[in-house]
Amino acid sequence: MSFISVFDVLGPNMIGPSSSHTAGAAKIAFLAQKMISGPLIRVEFILYGSFARTYHGHGTDRALLGGIMGFETDDMRIRDSFEIARERGICFSFRPNEEETEVHPNTVDILMENSAGVRMSVRGESLGGGKVRIVRINQVEVDFSGEYSAAIVTHLDKPGVVAHVTKCLSDRNVNIAFMKLFRESKGHTAYTIVESDGRLPEDIVDELKENENICEVMIVQSQSDTGRLANGL
Amino acid sequence: MDFKNAEELLRICGEEKLPISEVMREREIELGEITGDEADQRMGNVLRIMRDSAKTPIEKPGRSMGGLIGGESRKLYDRHVAGSSICGSFLGRAIIYAMGVLETNSSMGLIVAAPTAGSAGIVPGLLLAAQEEYDMEDSHLIKALFNAGAIGYLAMRNATVAGAVGGCQAEVGVASAMAASAVVELLGGTPEQCLDAASTVMMNMLGLVCDPVGGLVEYPCQNRNAAGVANGLIAAEIALSGIRQRIPFDEMLAIMYSVGKTLPASLRETAKGGCATAPSACGMCTQHCA
Repeated sequence: MSFISVFDVLGPNMIGPSSSHTAGAAKIAFLAQKMISGPLIRVEFILYGSFARTYHGHGTDRALLGGIMGFETDDMRIRDSFEIARERGICFSFRPNEEETEVHPNTVDILMENSAGVRMSVRGESLGGGKVRIVRINQVEVDFSGEYSAAIVTHLDKPGVVAHVTKCLSDRNVNIAFMKLFRESKGHTAYTIVESDGRLPEDIVDELKENENICEVMIVQSQSDTGRLANGL
Repeated sequence: MDFKNAEELLRICGEEKLPISEVMREREIELGEITGDEADQRMGNVLRIMRDSAKTPIEKPGRSMGGLIGGESRKLYDRHVAGSSICGSFLGRAIIYAMGVLETNSSMGLIVAAPTAGSAGIVPGLLLAAQEEYDMEDSHLIKALFNAGAIGYLAMRNATVAGAVGGCQAEVGVASAMAASAVVELLGGTPEQCLDAASTVMMNMLGLVCDPVGGLVEYPCQNRNAAGVANGLIAAEIALSGIRQRIPFDEMLAIMYSVGKTLPASLRETAKGGCATAPSACGMCTQHCA
């Protein structure tokens, strides 16, 4: 059983009203924007299940937009995220989808586009208590929580990539907590997600990219204050 | 210095001659790998956010995002300062603060989930009122928060604090047990009395359902936070008078968990039963009702 800190009980410190619909939503979007290089010019949120039905009353929309601008769950700017996004010239829209029911009740798809024209889609689920899971990047099913520092490596599904990744990490004395490989189909784009307990060295990105089959590396450092409590209100 | 249940916690308290707060603090230092100063500092920040979230709505009442609540703590405060409160000073203040935190929460203010956002008013409500009644330092409240954290940790570890799993008894019930235990220690009670108070709360709030109108953390959540401080205060009074409980806290948690699992899904945060389906409640929030 993982350690339950006193600050998981008295926490997270968060902008209300709901740990799942507000704090969790902000965290999913926060993780999503870490995966694409900025600045973002356009973002669309597709909301499913309970998110689709109650997003306005829970401020889920403001929280998602705040998260996409890099605001953490206790950032007061979340309340004014619509205005801030407009000032920053980000086009944003929200689309509830109540037809699709074969998803976790609090699911959002985030479609992002940056100023270089790069597009990316991320699907996240808010599990409650501010705890979340990223379950899809572009069209590939993945699984990571953001509770650990993670390196998300986009690469071609070719031999030797994983060996290169683990060697780079071991050279830097990084202890791997979890490591998972996901792929679209044999020989095509694949994602390796490595999660570690401590912070990952930011400059490991260049070392990882030395392998010719590695296209992109994103580092998402763990957030210390977003708690791990069960799915309460 | 770890413990898995209340029985082990009490044994450590007895052997080490320490209050619950100190055992929980030591556990955090050891397993959370932080220093005592860091632990106190972080808890000081928790207290600061709690105080702001409890008091801001008295000065600046605001409407909730869903429009179901707003302005309650100001009304209670006006009645309190007019000397008209029928609850007395301590409980009167505690209700103002508890409902105030929910007001802050529902209008997208900064709060500390304790243990959840929907039950976030109870621990600050009771502790801030106690501080004012007995003229205590913040350092005493910070200690009391570690005590509350111990009770909430046991509920998270051995039962649930999720309305979707165990109903409101798991959120407001556990928050109230945390607050009761913390107040008992704050007022000089023993670790046994703390856990007896926590046990009493779980007994008295057993079976409470989670039925938020429109699925929003507003109504009846805010009223239930006021009920939570009252239940906590009653349990603390019973414990401090030396009345022992016949059912230990570990057993009450197991009971609460099993009762929660037998609640129908309609009464576990789905907004498909209870107050959420009252005809007048649905009329208030037509745009939100499923």
